[in-house]
Amino acid sequence: MEGDIVQMGAYIGAGLACTGMGGAAVGVGHVVGNFIAGALRNPSAAAGQTATMFIGIAFAEALGIFSFLVALLLMFAV
Amino acid sequence: MTQMASSADAKDEGLVFHPMDQFIVEPLFGAGPVHWYTVTNVTLWMALSVVALILIMVVGTSKRALVPSRAQSIGELAYGFVHKMVEDVAGKDAVPYFPYIMTLFMFIVLSNFLGLLPMSFTTTSHIAVTAVMAMVVFLSVTILGFAKNGVGFLSLFWISSAPLALRPALALIEIISYFVRPVSHSIRLAGNMMAGHAVIKVFAAFAGVALISPLSVVAITAMYALETLVSFIQAYVFAILTCVYLKDALHPHH
Amino acid sequence: MSIKTDVSASTCIDGYGSAIGMPQLCTDWASNQIFWLVVTLVAIFFVLSRLALPRISAVISERQGTITNDLAAAENLKSEAAQAEVAYNQALENARSEASRIIETAKAEIKQELDVAIQKADADISLKAAASEDAIADIRKDALTNVKSVAKEITSELVKVLGGKVDSKTLTSVINKKMKG
Repeated sequence: MEGDIVQMGAYIGAGLACTGMGGAAVGVGHVVGNFIAGALRNPSAAAGQTATMFIGIAFAEALGIFSFLVALLLMFAV
Repeated sequence: MTQMASSADAKDEGLVFHPMDQFIVEPLFGAGPVHWYTVTNVTLWMALSVVALILIMVVGTSKRALVPSRAQSIGELAYGFVHKMVEDVAGKDAVPYFPYIMTLFMFIVLSNFLGLLPMSFTTTSHIAVTAVMAMVVFLSVTILGFAKNGVGFLSLFWISSAPLALRPALALIEIISYFVRPVSHSIRLAGNMMAGHAVIKVFAAFAGVALISPLSVVAITAMYALETLVSFIQAYVFAILTCVYLKDALHPHH
Repeated sequence: MSIKTDVSASTCIDGYGSAIGMPQLCTDWASNQIFWLVVTLVAIFFVLSRLALPRISAVISERQGTITNDLAAAENLKSEAAQAEVAYNQALENARSEASRIIETAKAEIKQELDVAIQKADADISLKAAASEDAIADIRKDALTNVKSVAKEITSELVKVLGGKVDSKTLTSVINKKMKG
């Protein structure tokens, strides 16, 4: 019974941790949206900045990965 | 564990969800425990990625044609793509490290695409695999940074353009983010591959119900298209982040 | 998935061959994966650095060289074509002037011949005209004398008919006087 409660808490915590990935989604959307907006203003400069956009996506995504990691740890490791 | 009980119960029901079974490592010949030297499905699919690499990069380019055939232009495209990325992101003096980044990129992209074949095993969906690659990148970049710049490599964490009062706090943040790099680097790739494949498997399980099977097939098709894109993008992101870390090691001054 | 009961259960697989939790977090398999990953990466690295990359870079640089050479050759051919065009235009110009020169000389020759012919014709015509005038003058003279003789005859006949006497000398002088009129 006690173990079940611990596991329940871990699962609830994992679910809550997954909400952090929504923040990463917002961040990635923001990066790409601003890139597109800038690219439409100055299309000639866009091609050179695609790599920068992907680096920005990767960094924004990294924080979502931490919440994913926390969720995984709560699900399977705790 | 409840997991075991639920999966045991599920054997008798119509809907069977085993989205994680595709990631099981099992011996290729016979049964038994998996030792470090055992030939497993990991071995098979990694070997297939080597075979695919040899087919594309060696056999395809064996004619050395001036006007490339399809296979040769794939090889040349991959070469030009990674070479340009290393040059643009990491700088001209990072070109000697191009074969290492090419190795990582080709292995990841081929494993990802081979993992998209039905019934296949995705080697890059395992954190053990990606973590080793990320740790290799992290350690070699750190050692390279100290070897090239000596103690000056630590200026990577001391942002001289920021106000003096903020610098210790920024240094702390920079150090944390530096040591977190291999974690995000590896889990990004493994998580993306695992999540996509698991979602496809879940939709495939829904196809067992006749009423929603058309929807399920449509969803699998859409997810498969997305996964094809993700397979490439994640390999690209892994390689480009390696280039960024390499640039930090070669030019630590902001 | 078929139920595999022959699979020996371990800490990560249950008795039915299904995964317990996440297979990714099963540490039993990590050493196997790491070993084969290292083998694979070393193999890929040697295939790439020994075979594929030198070959591809050689092909690309060779192609670059060929393209540069071809562009230079094309440039040469272009300048040659321009030179040939200049020469062609020059030849055309020469031929044109030659043709106009030939036309000029031919015209001049023709004109000369024509002039000579015209002169000759003029001379002939004037000669013939003079001869004709002479003939006309002769004829006129003849006609005049004939008119005189006819007038004399007719007058003498008329006078005879009228019953006069014809004095030949007077008749002639009268007729001459009348003819002079």
